[in-house]
Amino acid sequence: MSERALITTRNLSVHYPLRGGLIGPRQVVRAVEGVSIEIARGSFFGLVGESGSGKTTLGRALLRAAPITRGEVIYDDGEVEYDLAAIDRAALKDYRTRAQLIFQDPYAALSPRMTVRDIIAEPLEVMGLTKTRAETDERVREIAARCRLNLEHLRRFPHAFSGGQRQRISIARALVSRPRFVVADEAVAALDVSIQADVLNLLKDIQRDMGLTFLFISHDLSVVAHVCDHVAVMYLGRLVESAPTRELFAAPRHPYTKALLSAIPSLDPDDRGRAQKLEGEIPSPTDPPPGCKFHTRCPFATDICRREEPRLSQQGSAHDVACHRWQELAEGGARA
Amino acid sequence: MTRLLDVENLTLQFDTDEGRITAVDGVSFSLEQGEVLGLVGESGSGKSVTAKSLMKLNPGNAIYGPQTRIALHLDDGSVDIMSLRTSSELQLVRGGAISMIFQEPMASFAPAITIGKQMVEQLLIHTDMSKKQARELSIEMLARVGISDASRRFDQYAFELSGGMRQRAMIAMALSTRPRLLIADEPTTALDVTIQAQVIELMKDLVAEFGMAIIFITHDLGVIAQTADTVAVMYLGRLVERGPVREVLRSPGHPYTRGLLEALPDLEDLDRPLTPVPGDIPSPLERPSGCVFHTRCQVAIEGLCRREVPQFVDLDEHHRAACHLVARERGAA
Repeated sequence: MSERALITTRNLSVHYPLRGGLIGPRQVVRAVEGVSIEIARGSFFGLVGESGSGKTTLGRALLRAAPITRGEVIYDDGEVEYDLAAIDRAALKDYRTRAQLIFQDPYAALSPRMTVRDIIAEPLEVMGLTKTRAETDERVREIAARCRLNLEHLRRFPHAFSGGQRQRISIARALVSRPRFVVADEAVAALDVSIQADVLNLLKDIQRDMGLTFLFISHDLSVVAHVCDHVAVMYLGRLVESAPTRELFAAPRHPYTKALLSAIPSLDPDDRGRAQKLEGEIPSPTDPPPGCKFHTRCPFATDICRREEPRLSQQGSAHDVACHRWQELAEGGARA
Repeated sequence: MTRLLDVENLTLQFDTDEGRITAVDGVSFSLEQGEVLGLVGESGSGKSVTAKSLMKLNPGNAIYGPQTRIALHLDDGSVDIMSLRTSSELQLVRGGAISMIFQEPMASFAPAITIGKQMVEQLLIHTDMSKKQARELSIEMLARVGISDASRRFDQYAFELSGGMRQRAMIAMALSTRPRLLIADEPTTALDVTIQAQVIELMKDLVAEFGMAIIFITHDLGVIAQTADTVAVMYLGRLVERGPVREVLRSPGHPYTRGLLEALPDLEDLDRPLTPVPGDIPSPLERPSGCVFHTRCQVAIEGLCRREVPQFVDLDEHHRAACHLVARERGAA
């Protein structure tokens, strides 16, 4: 893995205004608030969290598909460097060829009226990356082969394909412009388990062979554990923990990460009821609690957690956590 | 143990524009009272339509096979489900002896009627309670499933509740008539893991308290491991394996069950490569001959699996798999 970061965010916030009444303050949804992450070049970076955590919004902001309200997003692939918050139109056009998105639903993402060849070729034509039809066909065939689609498949329409094959078509479409950075948002969530493994293996192979950097957004921690090098955990718009995968799974620090890990249903029928139960649900992002956003559900919350928002620790290590009490909890001295 | 349900030779086809599709093919199983059966399978395996058949809840283009028999054994005698025709006959099972909860709770609540009104209505149909009693029981059930401020929630609409709350309300509604069998179709799939853990916990408590049997339909083997007593695995409309949860998950007999387990990410061993089941699920219009799994099976026996439908063989007292290879190994042993 390269030391250099492909994506660096500093205090990134994405706010959406809510349609308010005529009188009274205008409400905003703080979908992402003060997030600082570094995604190393050539890494498979996992982003996890429950619905409402802001993980999808963060992914979109990194593609400049969500408004950047505050903070910085720097993209640096060695050839070009862009500050996405202040990017101009010409640079954004170039950035679109370098950063791509793979969607969750392979049934909704593909036009039923286009052949697979045309679906994959469309980004090249829209972005004007190829000059002749022969060149386009060449690129389409090359990427299709990489995604294990054959020439016969290219002539057909998407309805003739199964979920796994459709997802391979979506992947080919996302990669045909030869991007450096790919955001995969729940890319395997809609797939059956027997197919899911196949698509995950394909993504890993492609990442290695083409030297891509992936942001892999998922709610499924066991999948993330298997494919990602580094994992960031979000809760209610905030980054609560970020660490190399093995470290995060072996020694989670934030109480929320611990609860998430223990909520994964174990495959061992004799290992029942070990889940560290988390009470309640994620609060509404329009009305977040004061202090640590997790304190309403945290069994270890104290006064300071209700008052002050914890900062992400920066100890010069790759393992960051935003919790007032993590050290105490790690030493085992803390009581709920 | 007392038998609650016997399903024999359930075969179900659908007439569609593209032809007649076989959704379920000769499925037989039984269920004891209070048993939690995990019904596992991927999309298109026929697990949902199998469960819906128990209430004859499949759409109008469904054609049941002539050999199909479904018997539900209740305290006052057995009911032959296939012979029920009119909606008043079917009401005995639908929402009465059998209740069902779904993946998407919005789909089972009418959007413009309050949750309380729907719960009361259902109790008035299936019990001889007065309106007042029904209201009291409904609020009690809402509180029982962990909904705080139940009497206020009673007067709310489904859209006013969060996803997890809606799922709880649906469970409360399904259980208020005290069904003998609860069919839970992917009830935790749309939920976040922490909420899923809460709902699983709740369902376990309710089984202990109410003693109903559950058919838990899911593609998530982890959820099965956490909830089920027994497991049935379906593939392309056929039952391929059936047995106690420990045996099926620890020593699966059918190559498909083994493939499913190997395809799953394992948190205990992050270095183990993920092994997909090769190939894709065939279209229901092109059902393979012989063993339906032979097109993706790595241990298929040349000339045999493609031709002949395998019969169930015993791996253990209650553990059975329908596989020619298992049969051959057993025969040799």
